[in-house]
Amino acid sequence: MQKVITETKKAFMTGNETAAWAALVSGADVMFGYPITPQNEIMHYWTRLAPQYDRSFLQTEDEISAGFTVCGAVQSGKKAFTATAGPGNVLMQEPFGMAEGMRLPLVAIIQQRGGPSSGTVVYSQQEVTLTTFGGNGEGYRIVYSTSTHQEIYDYIIKGFNTAWKYRFPTFILGDGYQAKMREPLEMYDPAERGIKMVDTYPLIGLEGSIAASQRDPQHLCNIYSLEEELYEVVMKYSAEFEAISPELVEYEEKSCDDAEIIVVSHGVVSRAADDAVKALRAQGIKVGYFRPITLRPYPQKQLREAIAKSGAKKLLVAESAYGQLYRLTRQEIYGETVNIETLFMPGVGIVDYDIINKVKSIL
Amino acid sequence: MENVAPATPKSWYLPSKPHKFCPGCGHGIVLKALGEVIDELEIQDKTIFGCDIGCSLLSWDFFACDSTQTHHGRTTPVMVGIKRARPELITVGYMGDGGGYSIGSQHLLNAAVRNEKVTLILVNNTNYGMTGGQMAPTTLPGQKTETSPFGRDPELTGYPTKGPEFVAQLTPDNAYVARATVSKYKQLKRFLRNALRNQIEGNGFSFVEVLSTCPTNWRTNAQQTWHFLEDEMEKYFPVGELKSPFGKGEK
Repeated sequence: MQKVITETKKAFMTGNETAAWAALVSGADVMFGYPITPQNEIMHYWTRLAPQYDRSFLQTEDEISAGFTVCGAVQSGKKAFTATAGPGNVLMQEPFGMAEGMRLPLVAIIQQRGGPSSGTVVYSQQEVTLTTFGGNGEGYRIVYSTSTHQEIYDYIIKGFNTAWKYRFPTFILGDGYQAKMREPLEMYDPAERGIKMVDTYPLIGLEGSIAASQRDPQHLCNIYSLEEELYEVVMKYSAEFEAISPELVEYEEKSCDDAEIIVVSHGVVSRAADDAVKALRAQGIKVGYFRPITLRPYPQKQLREAIAKSGAKKLLVAESAYGQLYRLTRQEIYGETVNIETLFMPGVGIVDYDIINKVKSIL
Repeated sequence: MENVAPATPKSWYLPSKPHKFCPGCGHGIVLKALGEVIDELEIQDKTIFGCDIGCSLLSWDFFACDSTQTHHGRTTPVMVGIKRARPELITVGYMGDGGGYSIGSQHLLNAAVRNEKVTLILVNNTNYGMTGGQMAPTTLPGQKTETSPFGRDPELTGYPTKGPEFVAQLTPDNAYVARATVSKYKQLKRFLRNALRNQIEGNGFSFVEVLSTCPTNWRTNAQQTWHFLEDEMEKYFPVGELKSPFGKGEK
């Protein structure tokens, strides 16, 4: 496959353009997509870049189709992805469920917009519950919540590898702010950084003749006749997901050693949290910063450890949603006696002084 | 007396036989014709068979071909995804009238408009068989089903969907569109062969609706079943080629 980036270079671009480049350098063969704001420019850049590198694109009739065409393409052994947001993410829960049920290495980039319903086309962190646990199953998904364009780039590359290595559907969860703003990043070829892209392989359309009895036919399915058959599958997937979770979990922690209050946030809000913690520390207020990068699996052990070592009395969960990270966090650290305070700003941005003021009000 | 087994297509997957369709169901006839055509065209090793939810699901391990299965109505996009990713494969989507004309109608319509180079076979038995015989888009006027217990009233629920007719309107000349029936086996085979040949030659979208039987949910005996198929269904849904790149359509 033709090299997309021969030497590392600085770039200044939007998150959506970053996402298209990242998919290209990851070796993605095909994107299936349907227009929805704020992810459109991922398609716009992909459709311009893809032909130069012999990759392809199809604009499907809706998000349901975009998700299912990705399911078909990955089954045939090609690196395929999609991108969506909001109501599109709702529609894609059906194909995402198929990817969970059949362990398909589907990759989806989600640029969150406001909800419920059509909400806004701008920004939110309201697709956390949907992206982590949407669908009629157990949430066998790997969800990376990015906070910078560099991370969009890095985690899309990593996301393709995660998907193809573990064969659980993998999500890069961004938002409208990350999608649309411009900021600097370094673009590189994965090989240059010692990142080996995981080889893809077909699940159907395999080498070898069935007619000549060289191999058995593949019969893939996602439905079972008996309760016990499904039970076996779900228990096996659960055990596998739990077994790989420790190596998948990623998080960021700062200033927690002696913190009395730990600010828990994710995605772009964690940038405000980082600034707020620095400002509060400068004022002598003992506050720490904890950010799950993987929302699924959640770094619960690491957060429990941060609480234990600091002896923090309070967590402050700050998010651009009305309690989605809060509920996720609470269930993951069940049993901890720390009080949880909240700063919920559904569908609007959070800046450093929102967090500073909130921290000061709960001291 | 010695048992004489009927000839089975080479492309059938024998461990899943005898198949699990109800006695009198037409699916076995369609799948036999399809198997024979796959054999004749020698495409067993590059055929990807994909099936829907509904009775068509029971074909998920029917063929000794690589096969996949998806959600209700979503066979079309899965086949499109495979074909777009691996054009050298021959993709055959297999679905019922509910999957194709109701819950998956947007996929059928748009795959036809885009002239996707896949072959779709839609088995029309005028009801939702697997779920217990509800009204389908293809239920005939006056036909009783579980959700139209007094007979389908077109004033309330419209007239039966004529799939090949609308697909023919949406597709360019290099598409293949036909309606077959399990009562005319040779013709059914010819239409299926043409639909596969059209994909093999890379021409365009290929679609065959097959009129089929459902005595279990129709609550009919053998004679009544055949009567409903040949005298009621075939009257409402004309059998023949609606569009063929291989010459003039035939009745």
